[in-house]
Amino acid sequence: MKETPLSNCERRFLLRAIEEKKRLDGRQTYDYRNIRISFGTDYGCCIVELGKTRVLGQVSCELVSPKLNRATEGILFFNLELSQMAAPAFEPGRQSDLLVKLNRLLERCLRNSKCIDTESLCVVAGEKVWQIRVDLHLLNHDGNIIDAASIAAIVALCHFRRPDVSVQGDEVTLYTPEERDPVPLSIHHMPICVSFAFFQQGTYLLVDPNEREERVMDGLLVIAMNKHREICTIQSSGGIMLLKDQVLRCSKIAGVKVAEITELILKALENDQKVRKEGGKFGFAESIANQRITAFKMEKAPIDTSDVEEKAEEIIAEAEPPSEVVSTPVLWTPGTAQIGEGVENSWGDLEDSEKEDDEGGGDEAIILDSIKMDTGVEVSDIGSQEMVFHHVGQAGLELLTSDAPIILSDSEEEEMIILEPDKNPKKIRTQTTSAKQEKAPSKKPVKRRKKKRAAN
Amino acid sequence: MEEEMHTDAKIRAEIGTGCSPRGPGCSLRHFACEQNLLSRPDGSASFLQGDTSVLAGVYGPAEVKVSKEIFNKATLEVILRPKIGLPGVAEKSRERLIRNTCEAVVLGTLHPRTSITVVLQVVSDAGSLLACCLNAACMALVDAGVPMRALFCGVTCALDSDGTLVLDPTSKQEKVSTWLWKGRGLEAKGPESPQWDWLQEARAVLTFALDSVERKLLMSSTKGLYSDSELQQCLAAAQAASQHVFRFYRESLQR
Repeated sequence: MKETPLSNCERRFLLRAIEEKKRLDGRQTYDYRNIRISFGTDYGCCIVELGKTRVLGQVSCELVSPKLNRATEGILFFNLELSQMAAPAFEPGRQSDLLVKLNRLLERCLRNSKCIDTESLCVVAGEKVWQIRVDLHLLNHDGNIIDAASIAAIVALCHFRRPDVSVQGDEVTLYTPEERDPVPLSIHHMPICVSFAFFQQGTYLLVDPNEREERVMDGLLVIAMNKHREICTIQSSGGIMLLKDQVLRCSKIAGVKVAEITELILKALENDQKVRKEGGKFGFAESIANQRITAFKMEKAPIDTSDVEEKAEEIIAEAEPPSEVVSTPVLWTPGTAQIGEGVENSWGDLEDSEKEDDEGGGDEAIILDSIKMDTGVEVSDIGSQEMVFHHVGQAGLELLTSDAPIILSDSEEEEMIILEPDKNPKKIRTQTTSAKQEKAPSKKPVKRRKKKRAAN
Repeated sequence: MEEEMHTDAKIRAEIGTGCSPRGPGCSLRHFACEQNLLSRPDGSASFLQGDTSVLAGVYGPAEVKVSKEIFNKATLEVILRPKIGLPGVAEKSRERLIRNTCEAVVLGTLHPRTSITVVLQVVSDAGSLLACCLNAACMALVDAGVPMRALFCGVTCALDSDGTLVLDPTSKQEKVSTWLWKGRGLEAKGPESPQWDWLQEARAVLTFALDSVERKLLMSSTKGLYSDSELQQCLAAAQAASQHVFRFYRESLQR
């Protein structure tokens, strides 16, 4: 679906409001929207809501061989997907620019900053390392995807537990989660992206733009920072020209924001860990609010299935027995069998249709019913509904009507068909003089393959 | 909240206990549904069955590409995204099943030359995934206000090797049974030898989609071995279960 265009009056309204330091949702210039983090029952699964923008993150791991030039390091793989439910404009194939930009930014933020210790992911140097895969899905697009995605990624990575592995000499033992508690990843620091939107050629800036503000912005500055005030990645897009002190001011704001967000993340992780340890309920079911009018929960409901057997027997007793259409396979020769009967040819009077035998060679022959027309055989005369698949020796398949005499012959020459596109129809088989019918062309490829196999 | 937590913890421990076809004892897991939770799609719903959770978003009736438009009814499209990895053939086949179910129910002729898109995202998979997807899709279509001739629901049953029926199985109960060789060496000892471990789970897993008007069958997808009487039994059990699911729908929509 195409994106609904932004009307001029809406654009003007937004820009005028920004000039007067007002935002549509009542936030201040440097305010973030509410961040809500909820965890699922599996480790490494979380949903982050930044206002209405929602991102689902899941981390999974697998043992693979390491890259050749990095034999002692684990592999990190990030994948952000813009789901089609996030915005009507996100169709597969339509979002490539934005998708590439977001994925690249996420990779730079998390991989190049070395926030995960990849050396600790090595199990057997040069042979087996852990591949950690982070899948992020954007569920609802209300602006500032990159911030929400980076928070979701780092939260999921912190929440994730990988299976424990022990190496004793040559023996490597992988413990299941039931045998030994899974182990968290070793994370050095938590880089979080903060976005700044610029308007009117850099005069006004807003932190955490929502979707409308993103539509009217001139440019975007993304700074990825951790709570130690180290900049991990910085990216300016949109072609705005910023002054040095503007960038410095933004980085200061980012420092403050990242500190707040990191605190929030740590608190959420701690809460979840506490609930799990105490044996309480955890998972997405818990994060659905009880009192909301749009949410409803029902406890475990027992179902009475005591009369299930009687009902079933009733139904089977009343049902008609299955009709005797089950066809048994008939073996004509070794290598050829027939199951079922075909239907009448529905192609009608077709002339000059030819088929090329692209499996090479005169070994195999294909018969086309249309071609038979020219030899004076009328398909319409064939009233019979029956068809027989007939494999003549090694050479090819042929269709005959049931009342046609079946001649078995191993001769290959007789079944050769000369493929010359200009010439009118191919030679008909000399073996049978009766009319032939053929099944719909969809059967052809199957036949050809069967031939090949039988021939081999 | 505290006492709720306690009773729920108890219930959670008994999740998915099986039952014999005679005795009453099958149960559906804890259900939860939230609607209208996403701001962009026309309708959205998050459906939870125990630990399985699916999020559905519906766009429609909306503009359709000329290549896909049908002159007298709406083009229904279903997209299912797994949580990990790229969507594969299994997702495509599930999309087909869900689409066929939706097409039977949605009144497409009221909106010709439009498209209705249902996007499903697997949030967590702990058994009965197809049934949960169907339920989420139905609630999302209702939330979007798409005209339908009936509601539909999905119910999964698993058949044990001794014929015991389990409704709404967890992923552990759903695994089709297999022998697991945990010994060393290549001796092909039979199942009696202690080195074989019987990973006992289901012999067959059947998923049905039933409509709300007469609880007729809209779609069925099965895996495994079962007899025709077992099929009818599972269907009857699913119909009994669907009553509860529809009651849940009604109560959640009435709020």
